[in-house]
Amino acid sequence: MTIEQLSVFLENKPGKLAEALESLAAAGIDLRALSLADSENFGILRIIVDKPARALKILQDEGYGVELVDVIPVAVDDEPGKFAAALRVLADAGVAVEYTYVFVAPKAGKAGKAYAVICADDAVAAVRCLESNGVDMLTSEEMYNL
Amino acid sequence: MSAKENYYQPEAECMSREKMHDLQSERLITQVKHVYANVGYYREKMDASGVRPEDVKSIADLGKLPFLTKDDLREAYPYGLLAVPREAPVRIHSTSGTTGKRVVAFLTQQDIDLWYDCCARALAAAGATPGDVVQISYGYGLFTGGAGLDGGSHKLGSLTLPMSSGFTDRQLQFMCDLGATIICCTPSYAEFLAETIEERGIGDSVKLKAGIFGAEAWSNEMRLRLEQKLGIKAYDIYGLTEITGPGVSFECSQQEGLHINEDHFVAEIINPETGEVLPDGEKGELVFTCLTKQAFPLLRYRTRDISILSRKECQCGRTLAKMSRLMGRSDDMLIIKGVNVFPSQIETVLIDYGLSSNYQLVIDRVNHSDTLEVRVELTPEMFSGSGTVGAVEKHERMLRDAIKNMLGIAAKVKLVNPKTITRSEGKAVRVIDNRKV
Ligand SMILES: [Zn+2]
Repeated sequence: MTIEQLSVFLENKPGKLAEALESLAAAGIDLRALSLADSENFGILRIIVDKPARALKILQDEGYGVELVDVIPVAVDDEPGKFAAALRVLADAGVAVEYTYVFVAPKAGKAGKAYAVICADDAVAAVRCLESNGVDMLTSEEMYNL
Repeated sequence: MSAKENYYQPEAECMSREKMHDLQSERLITQVKHVYANVGYYREKMDASGVRPEDVKSIADLGKLPFLTKDDLREAYPYGLLAVPREAPVRIHSTSGTTGKRVVAFLTQQDIDLWYDCCARALAAAGATPGDVVQISYGYGLFTGGAGLDGGSHKLGSLTLPMSSGFTDRQLQFMCDLGATIICCTPSYAEFLAETIEERGIGDSVKLKAGIFGAEAWSNEMRLRLEQKLGIKAYDIYGLTEITGPGVSFECSQQEGLHINEDHFVAEIINPETGEVLPDGEKGELVFTCLTKQAFPLLRYRTRDISILSRKECQCGRTLAKMSRLMGRSDDMLIIKGVNVFPSQIETVLIDYGLSSNYQLVIDRVNHSDTLEVRVELTPEMFSGSGTVGAVEKHERMLRDAIKNMLGIAAKVKLVNPKTITRSEGKAVRVIDNRKV
């Protein structure tokens, strides 16, 4: 129940983020979720897109350092404490969360649901643990079509 | 003297420092007279700097003599620096010229003899004995590599395989069938041989115990790799055609610097900017003076190679001064925060990390202080896994620490996207110096 996220290495220079996204837009690739991690010297753009393989090829051809990373898309009720509860089951099972980001799905998302992407150190264990605790996860098809 | 150590000429290799000083002084006085009398080109230089042969009374007066550079050798090409009648030398060797005229060096039979002695010392230090089978896979011909080690091996009485370079199938066949115990070649060819042996799974038939690798810069990591893959001890050897070819200096069992054959060659370290002679332990340009050569006796020849001299006692029992493994070329030297920096040092760090040597140095001056940024291309390995900031920063940090260790000054490591540092057709732009001086 993991999906592919693209991690893109960006140099810390004005316009780099826009350039990367413009390249994808020009090919008609739709963004589903996005997060940007930054350090002193560089940034890492993390995106979920509708056509990951194609996006990977485009970015590689443009000379970006790109990696496909397995992440877990979850859906929780949009109520206080629900996402915390999902993270708690992982913590109790000893699975470390490397990073996570929340996103909205205005077009096809279900009313009352909030969505998040989780990157865990052990994706298989994380999925097993979320599943057995009844946390909703999306299939790649659902995710890419959100 | 260590009982295990193997010397070829212990009387020279383990001579007391006082005796060496006297021997060098005596030889230098004779050599300067010989050159002044027979080499018009150098006589003019001495006259121009107001030095007379009789001003040189001991080795301490070496610094009075003018330098020779590669430009002098080109200018005096081909016979201008020959110190004996045209019919006296019996051999030439020549450097692989990259630009301009080649450099041609002449040797008399005695010059050849003493050179081979120097190479025999290097072979003995690597453990070669009369019973050994020495495979020489350096090129033979104008290049000095093949001839030098070949001659040294004959002097020692080892069985010599004059393979020359290339023809890997034949190299490996002889290595296995004849049981070669010592291999002499460039470190890069040794790596190629090691990989081929591994691929063919013939490691069990290889009987090598030592390798003598020179004529190219190589790192300590490469040494460890070669030692492990070939099951040998790997020794460095240094020389240059202008001085004599391999055997100017060689490594002993301690593998911590190369012993200079000081009874034949005097080494100095100078500041490449000013020509000032630097004390032992300081980094600078190597300068050699030939004490015994007859036909082509260069005095104070600037090698442009950067190294450090040490006269500390060596565990091997030799008293010969040592030079460190080469640290770069003086032509490329940069002065950053008052420290001499050579781009090749950074290249060494990158190669040791298995990275491409496609890097760029950006030097700037911020608030009256120099800054150094090293741009390195991101590799898939640095970015694999979950693509976290921490993982990439770890690589940045490792490189930063290694560079600081190597240079002695802090540098900022900047990772850039793959293939974004221009691989120009001509000479790569490795250094961008934005300092307004
Ligand atoms: Zn030694």
